[in-house]
Amino acid sequence: MFNRNYKEKTIESMLFVVSALTVFILFLICLFLFRDGLTLFEDVPFLSFVTGKFWYPTSVNAQFGLLPLFLGSLVVTAGAILFSVPLGVASAIFISELANPKVADFLKPFVEILAGVPSVVYGFFGLVVLVPFIRETFNLATGQTALAGSIMLGIMALPTIISISEDAISSVPGSLKQGSLALGATRWQTIYKVTVPAALSGISAAVMLGMGRAIGETMTVMMVTGNTAVIPSFPGGVLDPVRTMTATIALEMGEVPQGSDHFHALFAVGSVLFIVTFLINLLADAIKKKYRFKVD
Amino acid sequence: MAHLKTYAVLTVLLMGLVFLGIGCTGTDSGEEAGPAEEAPAGEEQGISIKGSDTVLPLAQYEAEQFMIENPEKSVTVTGGGSGVGIAAMIDGEVDIATASREMKDSEFENAGVNGITPLEHVVAFDGISVVVNPENPVSELTFDQMRGIYNGSISNWNEVGGEDREIAVMSRDSSSGTYEYFKEAVLLEDEYRPDALTQPTTGAIVSEVSLNPNAIGYIGVAYLDDSVKAVSVDAGDGFTYPSPENIISGDYPLSRPLFFYTDGEPEGLTKEFIDFVMSAEGQNLILEIGYFPVQ
Repeated sequence: MFNRNYKEKTIESMLFVVSALTVFILFLICLFLFRDGLTLFEDVPFLSFVTGKFWYPTSVNAQFGLLPLFLGSLVVTAGAILFSVPLGVASAIFISELANPKVADFLKPFVEILAGVPSVVYGFFGLVVLVPFIRETFNLATGQTALAGSIMLGIMALPTIISISEDAISSVPGSLKQGSLALGATRWQTIYKVTVPAALSGISAAVMLGMGRAIGETMTVMMVTGNTAVIPSFPGGVLDPVRTMTATIALEMGEVPQGSDHFHALFAVGSVLFIVTFLINLLADAIKKKYRFKVD
Repeated sequence: MAHLKTYAVLTVLLMGLVFLGIGCTGTDSGEEAGPAEEAPAGEEQGISIKGSDTVLPLAQYEAEQFMIENPEKSVTVTGGGSGVGIAAMIDGEVDIATASREMKDSEFENAGVNGITPLEHVVAFDGISVVVNPENPVSELTFDQMRGIYNGSISNWNEVGGEDREIAVMSRDSSSGTYEYFKEAVLLEDEYRPDALTQPTTGAIVSEVSLNPNAIGYIGVAYLDDSVKAVSVDAGDGFTYPSPENIISGDYPLSRPLFFYTDGEPEGLTKEFIDFVMSAEGQNLILEIGYFPVQ
C-alpha cells in the first residue's frame, strides 16, 4: 500500500479543491453580475437609478428607477415574515415541546413536503384560489395584490422557519428546562421565558433564512402580485398590486435586446438583490454569534 | 472500522479517477469528433432556430413536419424571447432568429458591428384579441375606448357601456412583443397606465380574465377559448370580431406580422426550410396552429 500521509494529503487537497470551487463559482457570479450591472451607470446616473420612482424600461424616455421594485420586494417580504414567523415559531414550539412524539413524527414529514412543492404550483394555487378570494373579501378590482404574494411566500417560508427553529428549540439543554420547572415555573412559563430565549439564536437564523427564501422567490410572486411597478403606499398598498425585483428580472430578461441599457438595468437590479441577500445572511450570522455567546 | 475507512478512501479515489477519466475522454473525443463532424456531413444537415415564444409553437410544428418529410435533415427550435433569438443570430449562434416584433435600431447596429446583415421574412400573421370576462355585458369597444382604458383616462366599466365596476387592466410584461404591438396599435403615443397589472404569460391573462369580472386583457387569437369573451373592435370602419375570416381578409384591425430573421439571403438548408414554411403546405400548418397565413 502507499504511504498513509500521502493518502491523507491527497484526500485533504481534493476536498479543498471542491470547496474552493464553490467559492470560485460564487466569485465568478459576482464578477459577471456586477460587471454587467455597473455598465448601466455609464449611461444612467447612479442616483437616478437608486432614487428613481419610475420603471419605464421600454418607453422612448426610458426610466430605470429602482424604488418601486425595491419597495415592492420589501412590502411582500415583510408581509410574508409577519405571516410566517408567528405561525412557524408556534408550530416549532408545538412540535418540539408540546406534541407527543407520535403526533410530532406525523407532522414533521408534512412540513417537509411543504418545502418540496414546486413554486409554480404555489403560484397556480394562489392565482386560482387565493386571488379571487382576496378580490371578493376586500371588494377590490383585482385580487392580485401584495397581500396575496405575502401569504403565498409566508406559506413557502414556513418549512424553513419551522424546521430550523425546531432544531434550535430541541437543542436547548434539558438542564435549563428542568431547572426552570424545578423553580416552580409552569410549562408555558418555561417555554416562553427559558426555552425560546435560549433558542433565540437559532430562531433568528431561521427567520433570516426564511426572509432570504421569500425575497429571492420569483415564480410565485410573479403569478399572484400583479407586477405593477408603482411605489406601494403604506398601509393601503398591501391591497394594491406590486412588483418585486425578482419578478422584474424574470419578466423582462427574455425579450430584452442584449447589451442595451435595459439589459444592464436588469443586471443592476440583480446586483441589488444579491447584495440584499448577502447582507441578510451576514446579519443572520451576526445575530447567531451574539446570542450564542449570551446563552453559554 | 479500519476497513470502512479504507473503503471510504478507495471510493473517494475511485470517484476522482472517474472524474479524471471523464475529463480525458471529453477532450479526446472532442479533438477527434470535431473536425470529423464538420467535414463530410457539413453544416447542410442541421440548422438551429431561436427566438420569440409567440412564434415558438409555429416554428416547432413547421420543423417537425419538415423533418418528417426530410428525415436526414435536422431543424432545432428553441424559445427564450425575440431579444434572445436576435442576439443569438447577431452572434452567429443560430441560423434563423424568430421574432414577434421588428428588429430595433440598436440591434441592427450590433449586427453591423459583427458583420451580420439581418434579412426580414414575414412568415405569418397573428391576430390580437381584446378579452373580457364572459359575465361582462360589454362586447364592443372602439379604439378610442381601448386607448382610454389602457392609458388610464377610463377607469370604470360604466364609461364604456358596462356595469358600475372598476376596470382591472391586464397587460403583458414590457419585453413581450405583444406588449409593444398593442402599445403601437392602440395607445399610439401614450404610455400604459402605471397601475396596469403586468402578467408574465398570455396564459396568466386568460386565467385572471376568466376569474375576474372586472378584468380586461389582450391575447393572441390562438389562445382564445370559452373561458373568456373576445370583444369586437372598431378602428373607424365598424365593429369587427376577431374571427379567422376577418383576420385573413385583413378586416380585423389588430393583427401583426411574425418574423424570421436570417443573416443575408438564406442558403442551403435555411433556404429550404423557409421555402417550406412559405409553401402552400407550410402555410396550411400555420393555420392549424392558430396563426394566419401570409397573403
